[in-house]
Amino acid sequence: MSDEHELRTPVSLSGLAANDPHLQPSARNPQLVERVISVCLVLGALCFAGFGACYWINAQPWKLGATMGGGFFFVGVGLVAWGKYLMPRGPFVEDRHVLANSDADREAFAAVIVERGGGVIQRRKMLGGLLGGGLGIFGVVALFPLLRSLGPLPKKTLDTTDWKKGSYVVDQSGRRVMEGDLAIGSISTVFPEGTQNTDRGQAVDQTVLIRVSNEGFTTMKGRESWAPKGYVAYSKVCTHLGCPVGLYEQQLQLLVCPCHQSMFNVTNGAVPQFGPAPRPLPQLPLYIDSSGYLRSQSGYHEPVGPGFWERS
Amino acid sequence: MSDVINTKRTKQQALGPYGRVGKTLNELDDRLGVARGGRTFMDKIFPDHWSFMLGEIALYSFVILLVTGVFLTLYFIPSSAIVTYHGSYLPLDGQKMTQAFSSTVNLSFGVRGGLLMRQMHHWACDIFVGAIVVHMARVFFTGAFRKPRELNWTIGTTLLILAIVNGFLGYSLPDDLVSGTGIRIAYSIILSIPLVGSYLGFWVFGGNFPGTAIIPRFFILHCLIVPLIIIGLVGAHLYLLVRQKHTQFPGEGRTEKNVVGSPMFPVFMAKTTGFLFIVAGVTALLGAFAQVNPIWQFGPYDAARISYAVQPDWYMGFLDGALRIWPSWSFHSWGYTIPFEVLIPAVILPGIIFNIAYAWPAIERRFTKDNEIHHLLDRPSNRPKRTAAGVALLALLGMLFIASSTDVLANFFHVSLNTVLISMRILVIISPFVAYPITYKICKELQGVEGGGKRKTPNVVSRTAYGEYTAVPSPVYVDDMHQGLEPTAVPAFITESPEESNDDGVRVVDR
Repeated sequence: MSDEHELRTPVSLSGLAANDPHLQPSARNPQLVERVISVCLVLGALCFAGFGACYWINAQPWKLGATMGGGFFFVGVGLVAWGKYLMPRGPFVEDRHVLANSDADREAFAAVIVERGGGVIQRRKMLGGLLGGGLGIFGVVALFPLLRSLGPLPKKTLDTTDWKKGSYVVDQSGRRVMEGDLAIGSISTVFPEGTQNTDRGQAVDQTVLIRVSNEGFTTMKGRESWAPKGYVAYSKVCTHLGCPVGLYEQQLQLLVCPCHQSMFNVTNGAVPQFGPAPRPLPQLPLYIDSSGYLRSQSGYHEPVGPGFWERS
Repeated sequence: MSDVINTKRTKQQALGPYGRVGKTLNELDDRLGVARGGRTFMDKIFPDHWSFMLGEIALYSFVILLVTGVFLTLYFIPSSAIVTYHGSYLPLDGQKMTQAFSSTVNLSFGVRGGLLMRQMHHWACDIFVGAIVVHMARVFFTGAFRKPRELNWTIGTTLLILAIVNGFLGYSLPDDLVSGTGIRIAYSIILSIPLVGSYLGFWVFGGNFPGTAIIPRFFILHCLIVPLIIIGLVGAHLYLLVRQKHTQFPGEGRTEKNVVGSPMFPVFMAKTTGFLFIVAGVTALLGAFAQVNPIWQFGPYDAARISYAVQPDWYMGFLDGALRIWPSWSFHSWGYTIPFEVLIPAVILPGIIFNIAYAWPAIERRFTKDNEIHHLLDRPSNRPKRTAAGVALLALLGMLFIASSTDVLANFFHVSLNTVLISMRILVIISPFVAYPITYKICKELQGVEGGGKRKTPNVVSRTAYGEYTAVPSPVYVDDMHQGLEPTAVPAFITESPEESNDDGVRVVDR
């Protein structure tokens, strides 16, 4: 064994007499403690056996958990108590050595890095540059396909929904909504026909349809014809973080998002009245066709849902 | 002397004084050279202080996470494919749902012990993150992060972030109504990042939300990639702990140049293994008696449905609270939008908090100009500024956490949501400024307390025959483990008293 190793980890080879106070248990009454520990360990073993039995007869989950948990708990308490009260009480000590090496060692290490290796590499600066350049090109080139193949580019998909001119308004079961379907004060979640069962339909096209009155209703200047027979339709995707704005407070005419409590006023164009949402819910212009079906005059005039950089 | 004993003696002599175990160790040492290092490791001293147990809770709940998690992977199907449920939970019969959701319901009700394992996994996760936070607070308030342990502080902070991230990923996997809404919110937070947000969102989700890629992607992250990084960093964390040895509180016989406590083998090993069992036992009991995340009650995720009064797991609470109370400041101009109402509370705020955590050792060194090596811990009251700063940050986080249940608070106290929101805004802003001076003052007061930090001895009150009372401080506790004993090195051998010992003074245990 080298001297250096000897210095770093000096090991005591001394012994202690069995009656040394450091080796005595810390319990004042070791016999009693031993008995208590024995009881714990027996209880633990019984619990484990019970766990096996519970598993065998396919008992309810809480019985499995209670027996297994009890087993671990009692065995654990017994073992901790054994270590704490019956094993040598100490206190024991070990020396702490300075981790830093001698100045000579440090200097040699720095010399190896800076002079030997570094100098050798610096002598061929051009090769180093070429190597770095090549690997850099690979990194950049690899980055693009790696990221790109994870998913498509967003392009304009965030700006549009599947609501188009003349889309039939259907409910979750796909049934077309007619002008007499909703009573005043009622609410329904609707989709453009054909998307009610798709992920995109549910996530992007979801729209709340509220009947606020019997006659055409104007939520805002310029939207005089958007709510025929009192049918008002807003995007159901919250402009804060995209949760469905699923709560309707009928008396106050408020749509409430249960996630972060943004509140939108149904009567004035879903302008946020309270909470963290920054924009009104986009309104969908509706009309009632000659057969009495609710249809959209056009798609939404602005992107639905939360904000993003390209949202103009 | 019977023949049996003679044979035993002969055998023992052939094997050497330590029998089969000794022979095995020798064979190992021939090949690996483990004798010296192994001995040093068995002698490693662990300080006896309860606060050193907090990190162990984190480690052991991680072990439970691994074991229960492996069980769950055997039955969970990470797929967004739509199936019609016909399992043993009748209320959901005939409903369309993703395979991720149906397999989670099936493993809860159709697999023996499955529900228990799921609940234990969830509880162990909540305990894991909680134990990391409390352990980190202990390290912070006692100054254990100071030189030479800055690197381990950095690793620990990274572990906290990874634990939170992986908790969120795992919470999302069952694809139930509540966790699906959480994923939707995460997607919107990614979208809020200027310039690259929509690209990042599309690449993480494989297209526009929700898509079908996110469950398998979260699965591989949750079950392989993040746990691997955590295991690696935990290994590094423990390696540095052994290499730099433990810190310790100042006290009799304790210096910067030693460590006082119990040796690894057998004392600490017994205590820590027992503690592993206790953590496992408590987790199992929680799993048995405290229901957590009953996804069959929430139902499968449907982007157009929502539940009321739901909160995320506790460690996401501060983010949710920040999102709830932040004002609706959106920047919108020149054809571009910066959703500050999301970006600041959900991206910038956690970024600042975790960067402060990373930078704290450097920040403190800048102010104290202290570049010394420290192994003795501070009493928090002796570092009033640091303690007050830590309490101020915890107060802020605590208020943000409370703010994540504004709707529940409004219902509970029968006040309007507006009142709760405005109050929470005020409380969040003022709480650190109130917490700092109060903590600072308390620390200063504690410094003046005589005998502070020392164990107190009781007063013995006695009555004389004439009815006179006297109070005398008692002598020190007789059962105090460390009372009146000089610490000694861990002995290599235990020798019997001279008359009982054999020739070489080594006690031969005949077992």
